[in-house]
Parts: sequence; C-alpha cells; structure tokens
Amino acid sequence: MALPQVKQDATDARLAALGEVTATGWSAKVRADALARVRQMGLPGARDEYWKYTNPARLTSVEPQAASLFETDESPVFGTVDRLRIIFVDGVFDADASDDLSLEGIEISRLAEAQAADIHWAKDVYGVLEANGQTPVERPLAALNTAFATDGVLIRVTGKVSKPVALSYVHANTQSDAILHHVVKVEEGGELTLLENGPAAARFNKVLEVEVADRAAFHHVRAQGRDHERQAVTHIFARLGEESLFKSFTLTANGVMTRNEAVIELTGDDASAHIAGACVGDGDFHHDDTVFITHDAERCESRQVFKKVLRNGATGVFQGKILVKEGAQKTDGYQISQSLLLDDDSQFLAKPELEIYADDVACSHGSTSGAIDEEGLFYLRSRGVPKDDATDMLTLAFLAEALDEIADEALAEEILDRMAGWLVRHRA
Amino acid sequence: MLEIKNLHVKLEEEDKQILKGVDLTVEAGKVHAIMGPNGSGKSTLSYVLSGRDGYEVTDGEAALEGEDLLDLEPEERAAAGLFLAFQYPVEIPGVGNMTFLRTAVNAQRKARGEEELSAADFLKVVRAKAKDLKIDADMLKRPVNVGFSGGEKKRNEILQMAMLEPKMCILDETDSGLDVDAMKLVAEGVNALRDEGRAFLVITHYQRLLDHIKPDVVHIMADGRIVKTGGPELALEVENNGYADILAEVA
Ligand SMILES: Nc1ncnc2c1ncn2[C@@H]1O[C@H](COP(=O)(O)OP(=O)(O)O)[C@@H](O)[C@H]1O
Ligand SMILES: [Mg+2]
Repeated sequence: MALPQVKQDATDARLAALGEVTATGWSAKVRADALARVRQMGLPGARDEYWKYTNPARLTSVEPQAASLFETDESPVFGTVDRLRIIFVDGVFDADASDDLSLEGIEISRLAEAQAADIHWAKDVYGVLEANGQTPVERPLAALNTAFATDGVLIRVTGKVSKPVALSYVHANTQSDAILHHVVKVEEGGELTLLENGPAAARFNKVLEVEVADRAAFHHVRAQGRDHERQAVTHIFARLGEESLFKSFTLTANGVMTRNEAVIELTGDDASAHIAGACVGDGDFHHDDTVFITHDAERCESRQVFKKVLRNGATGVFQGKILVKEGAQKTDGYQISQSLLLDDDSQFLAKPELEIYADDVACSHGSTSGAIDEEGLFYLRSRGVPKDDATDMLTLAFLAEALDEIADEALAEEILDRMAGWLVRHRA
Repeated sequence: MLEIKNLHVKLEEEDKQILKGVDLTVEAGKVHAIMGPNGSGKSTLSYVLSGRDGYEVTDGEAALEGEDLLDLEPEERAAAGLFLAFQYPVEIPGVGNMTFLRTAVNAQRKARGEEELSAADFLKVVRAKAKDLKIDADMLKRPVNVGFSGGEKKRNEILQMAMLEPKMCILDETDSGLDVDAMKLVAEGVNALRDEGRAFLVITHYQRLLDHIKPDVVHIMADGRIVKTGGPELALEVENNGYADILAEVA
C-alpha cells in the first residue's frame, strides 16, 4: 500500500540524508531488511494513532535541533558504583575513556567492529527482536536504527557477572545525531546488571535488544539525564525464556522530547518482567512511555509501574498494553500509571490497554492523575516540616512504587538522591 | 501559654460561621479540657490554631507565649511549640514512620537554631519512647499511619508528641476509638509529659479519659463558643446528665 504523500516525503528526505546502508558480514542482510521495513512502513507522523500524544516531528526530521551541552559539577550518576564503564561520545565508542572490556563471565564487543565478521552470536538477536516487535504495532524508528546504527555494544553473558556494565554517554557536539544499537544475550543461568546514564547527543535514537534465556536474569537501571534540550527515542526489545527475570527501571529528569518504548515478550513459562519509570519534568518537558508486553507462556508475571511528576505545563504520556495470548494461562499482569500534577498547567495523557485471549488470568491496570494530597501536606507541616520539604517528601513517596522496582539498594538510593536533588532545584 | 480572644472563624469556601467568639486562656503547667456536643467547633478550633487551610479568621486573636499564632505558617507554629494530636491522623503512603519522625524532629530543631539529632541518638530516643507506648519496630518502619488500627494511629500521635516535646499540646478526641488498655497507654504518655513549662488542651467527649489525665479546668463548648467553664466536677456533670442541662442553663 502506498504511503500518504507527506509520510513518503518525510521518509525519503530522512533516508536520503542518512545515505547508504554500508555493512558487510553478518549484519549486511539484517540491515538491508530493516531498511526495507522502514521504506514500507514510512517514518511515524503526527497523524498516526500510536503517536497521538507525542508529535514525532523532532525525532524524524532530517536534522536534529541543536542542543546545548549540559554542564554540571555534580558527580556522575552511578559514580560510586564499582562498574565496568563503556563510554560513547556523541554516539561513538571512546576506547581511551572506557575500561578494559574483558571481565569474567561476559563477552563484550563493539558493533562497529564485530559487524564485519561473517559469523557472530549477535546475529540471532540483532534486528531480530526488533523485527519481531513490529507487529501488531509498527515501530519504524527502531527499524531505522537497526539499518543505520553506527555503533553499540554486543554483550553476551555466560555466568554471573561480578559488577554492572555501565554505558555512559557523553554529549560533546551541539548538533550530534547519534544512532546506537546494543544487544545483550544472557545465557542460561547468567545474570547481568546494565546501567545507562549521561546525555548522549543532541538527538539520540537507541535500541537495546535483550534476550534473556531460561533461568537467566537481566537488571537494567537507566538515568536519562538533565540535558533538557535533547531529543530522544529509545526502544527496548526483550524476549524472556523460562523462569527468567527481566527488570528495567528508568529515571527521566528533564527533556523536551523523550519517547521510551519497551516491547517485551514472555515466551517461556514462569518468566517475570518488570518495567518501571519515574520521571520528573518542568516546563516544556515532554515524556512518553510506551510499553507493550506480550504474555505467550504460562504462569508468567509482568509489572508496569510508571510515575510522573509534572510541573509548569509539562506533559507526560503513557501508553501501555498487556496482551495475553491464547494459552497463556495463569498470567499475572499488573499495570499502573500515575501522574502527580504540581499545578493546573501540566497534563498527563494515558492509554492503558488490556487484551486477553486466555480465560484463567489475573490482570489489573489503573491510571490516575492527581495533585499533592493537601491533608498529608498539612499533617507534615503541622509537625514542623517546612512546606517545600513536605511537598518533596510527598512527591518522593509518590515515586516510591516505581523506585521499588530497582532490586539493588545502593542503586535505588542513588536514584532517590537524584530525584530529591531535582525536586529541590525545581521548587515552585 | 495559650491565649485566645474573641476568636471568630468562618469557612473560606462558604458563608458559614463556625467559631463565634472563643475566649480561652491556658496557663503553663495546666491541663484544660474542652467538652461539647458534636459539631460545636472543637476540631475547628484545633485546626485554626495549628494553621490548616480552609478557614478564615474574621475577628479575634490567638497567641502562644505572647507570639501571634495566626500569622504563622503551620510549620512555624509547630516550631514555636504547638502540637495537635489529630482526631483523624492522616495516612501518608510511601513515607516511613521513622523517616517522618526524624524529619519532623530535625526540622523543628533547625528552625529553633539547634543542632540536628544524629541518626544514632535519634534511634535511641525513639526506641525508648516507642516502647513505652507499645509501638513495635514494625510500626516504626511502616508508612505513616497506613494500615494502622484506630488505636495504633492515636498512639502514634502521642509518640510524635513525645518526640517533639511541644509546649502546648492539643489533643483532639485522642481517646475516641481506644479500648481501655490503649487509653491507659495514651494517658500515661500524656502524663509523662506533664511539666511546669507545658500545657495541655484535651478535647474529649468522655469522662473516662479525664479519670486518667486529671484536668485543672473544664470548658464546655457549644455552637462556636465556650459557654461554661468550671473545675473537674463539670466533666462529671456532663458524664451523668449530658449537655442538655448545661445548655439550657446558659441559653
Ligand atoms: N471544612 C469544612 N467544611 C464544611 N463544614 C465544616 C468544615 N469544617 C467544619 N465544618 C462544620 O463546622 C462545624 C463544627 O465542626 P467541628 O469543628 O468538626 O466540630 P466538633 O469537632 O466539635 O465536632 C460542623 O457543623 C461542621 O460540619
Ligand atoms: Mg471534632
């Protein structure tokens, strides 16, 4: 079917600017296929149903909007955690700044290098989970990423890794337009914690594909930084095997345009997927969490917990779906999306959905929007807690359910501190 | 300690006068009780004194140790030494009871220019006081008042009072919903705090609390005013005959 002309033109313009897909080795075909998907789907437009609440224009334009470099004296997030650091500057791997990539139980290579080989384990994952996640909803920006990603890490985990792997992004050029694609494969019995932080580029398109094998575990904690002018679209595609565990938490502070999509498929019995997000936004902040979880096995559990604190006209979006396929009996699905509106100008747009084709399941979802609890505020103040502090306490309490999804206490503490700091800097 | 003169209060949202000229003086070291029918304005008085939104003072004044209360923010009133044990303590999901207590204690110390209590010192004090009120470690860890029984909430109020050591304590129906044992605990908590430099205003319907916390003065409030003031015997009279006689007498 022909694309609408506007969409066709926008897609052509963007693809022309990106140029040829140049790949050899195992990735050549998958990239060519991805490009074909983009051509066939066209890039998202403001009239697409899936982009009803978020205008994708800034994510699809030929050039990104310039974003100033964010300077801070603050210590980097996760700075105190013993971790293996992998640094990308404007989307380019920085070998000198990164740690040595060898570590017991894990195999790390660069996409830019590994893609030339004829055979690579990542072939089973790279672009495969993304392609798989294109139905029933199209995600053209992820296909674009698969086709054009210039770098990324390919991580294969064969055991319990002694420390987290941390992807740290550095933004050095106000015009940068980075496309990164990471692949993680946690083999049976393996366990990995992946951290991500830092401003990546003026515009950032990132895909993270995660294959969690039977009885493997993957933990993900991400801090989307304070670089307010960035434009970011990120996708997580995850596939879970039997008795596996997937846990992902994202803190987002600031950002004029962030769309975080997660597409998770529970394909092995007794698997568990938790995805959570806490965001705090001020002014022209726009943040969109779009989640699609498919239950395709028995006795699996999934949790979506998204909390948004919005002030001064900030916008928060949540689109979340639980799809329970036929035969996915004893599914336990939970979804909650809530916003705390600190004034009347801010808005929260939510579209929670359930689609269930099995008869023996327990699924619940809820979405609320509310203001600070005046009763609670007065109670705290009557005990001597100043109004601003009391407001912050209640705000952090509101976010707590999302933060509870971080398994590691030290990481949770760090995220909480960042949230608290943000609230102090953004008081009325 | 607390001096209220001719206090008139209406609701901010509607044209409804609730307090219609309250005069009340509570001296340091004393316990005053306020009794009165439901809806007479007792809780409103306690809220207005502690600075809750939604009320408009149309006339009169209220001072704590000579300092005008009505211009202060709720937290400033607390730091000045005012404490209200709520008739309906508020649940605060997501805020741990212990964190809440420590934040409150330290906020008040800071406001008064005192040093903050170290985590270890705080813990020691809070554990001892909680034990006296039979508040266990679990209750200290749980979110403030969430899932607490009525009695637990009231004991938690008294724990806060014990930790904050206010000068002027207002207890709004702290006895309602308590069984005899819980009431004894609460009364012991209050009596332990009785001191030359501290005063209490105990709002209650029942004589039985006053058996444990012996008041020096008893006031009867009706329709937004203190209509009668007397000694402890006044509470007994209410207990035996209800309010009807008293109200008829002053009408
Ligand atoms: N916020 C409010 N909104 C509406 N009515 C109120 C409010 N606060 C108090 N009132 C009314 O004021 C009167 C006094 O209430 P209250 O102070 O709670 O009395 P008491 O504590 O003596 O039972 C009652 O008629 C009550 O309905
Ligand atoms: Mg009352």
